[in-house]
Amino acid sequence: MAKRIEVSGLHAYYGGTLAIEDISMTIEPRSVTAFIGPSGCGKSTFLRTLNRMHEVIPGARVEGKVLLDDDDLYGPSVDPVAVRRTVGMVFQRPNPFPTMSIYDNVAAGLKLNGVRGKSRLDDIVEEALRDANLWNEVNDRLDKPGAGLSGGQQQRLCIARAIAVQPQVLLMDEPCSALDPISTLAIEDLIAKLKNQFTIVIVTHNMQQAARVSDRTAFFNIAGTGKPGKLIEIDDTSKIFTKPEVQATEDYITGRFG
Amino acid sequence: MTSAFGSVSPARRIKDRAAAVFMWGAFALAVIPLVSVLWTVVAHGVGRLDGDFFGHSMNGVAGRDPGGGAYHAIIGTLEQVLITSAIAVPIAVLTAVYLVEYGGRGRLARTISFFVDVMTGIPSIVAGLFILALWLLTFGFEYSGFAGSLALTILMIPTVVRATEEMLKLVPHELREASFALGVPRWRTICFVVLPTAFTGILTGVMLAVARVMGETAPLLLTIFFTKAINNDPFSGPQGSLPTFIWDQASDPNQNAINRAWTGALVLIGIIMLLNLAARFVARRFRPAGR
Repeated sequence: MAKRIEVSGLHAYYGGTLAIEDISMTIEPRSVTAFIGPSGCGKSTFLRTLNRMHEVIPGARVEGKVLLDDDDLYGPSVDPVAVRRTVGMVFQRPNPFPTMSIYDNVAAGLKLNGVRGKSRLDDIVEEALRDANLWNEVNDRLDKPGAGLSGGQQQRLCIARAIAVQPQVLLMDEPCSALDPISTLAIEDLIAKLKNQFTIVIVTHNMQQAARVSDRTAFFNIAGTGKPGKLIEIDDTSKIFTKPEVQATEDYITGRFG
Repeated sequence: MTSAFGSVSPARRIKDRAAAVFMWGAFALAVIPLVSVLWTVVAHGVGRLDGDFFGHSMNGVAGRDPGGGAYHAIIGTLEQVLITSAIAVPIAVLTAVYLVEYGGRGRLARTISFFVDVMTGIPSIVAGLFILALWLLTFGFEYSGFAGSLALTILMIPTVVRATEEMLKLVPHELREASFALGVPRWRTICFVVLPTAFTGILTGVMLAVARVMGETAPLLLTIFFTKAINNDPFSGPQGSLPTFIWDQASDPNQNAINRAWTGALVLIGIIMLLNLAARFVARRFRPAGR
């Protein structure tokens, strides 16, 4: 259910602009890896290269290798649509489908990929909602619109939607930045639970959050505006937050810059 | 009783009033012609709003005769507009989907966009002349409701393309990304996420276009020709239509004919209003659910 990601020599471009340069790292299965760093350092861009969402933007392209266990996501015959089924994603702002009910939102990934059978869908929807810690709050109104939920509930709905398609990896792009502290706590608890099933990568601006939820932390930085983002270091979270190898990491974590 | 924030200064109060008066005045000015047209049409048209009008054609009825009806014209208009919509809406919606979802800023998309703009500017009689020249004179088909539909299609496509384009652009990019991230291919994302989200707006655009082509007279005169008799088959022979019926009756000096023209106009307005109400009802059921 969970796979290791090995990135080597990855560059990502927006048109002619190099956004991130030469990134190599290994992301362990059944663990949480946090990406931290100042705004514009390419954390989100890098995250989006891990499920080929980067190239959805016109003019954007990627060079390098991303191995999911042994399969290269950027291999010549690889279908990006299949990649995205394997590597799920949760976005910064909750984005449930406005025309769909809570049930349909969770079932969307399956239905739109041609899974049929009411009882099977019912089971998967319930399981995904339970895994997303949302079942108890919504099981009596599954036919109500997903957009009617609170922000925190909507985000958990989006997580349920992402895990309903049974991905191997779950990417989260600042999933709590639009949420209040209570909802944030609910999502963090959820991440702790989900890492038993999935490989989780989370981008966050909140260093306490990275320290709380992640097993490993990667620090990204840019040399200046217009320069490409780079991976400065990646290590166990406890180590990054106590005695990082690089001075820049320590400066960032202690708030001396960024 | 002066608070720490003072009160709104007299000058601002006067400006606010003046702006409000100006706004309501402009609104009234815009509504007066509308109400006046409606009132005149109802007042003149209600007299002949009887069973005969809906049940009979003009076959064997001369201009000075009382009685007679617009059954042939109502059937013609409904059939022609239905065929027009059936052809124009799919083409227009697919064109807009291409322009917004696939074309980007490419050469083909820009070319299509340019020609849609050109089509928007075509005078309706030119659309009629085009079909007359191509369909009737070159290909040798006879006058028919369908020929009229083809002319109306030319007028309907660009309006629906533009309206649909605007609505598709309003669909947040995040929704498309959410769908892509679930491993849903682009075409399914468009069919099941983008189009349903934009459905209400697209429907409104289609209704406006329908209302517009339903009142077109010039292109029909050249393509459906003219008949007083009932012709239920839109694919063969001259057919009636409400605009041409109104045009014909209004140009007859007899009062009975003029009365029929007014009632024809009233019925045309009524049909468009009913269609709009129906569209609103449908739109309400498909509206993106909010809080």
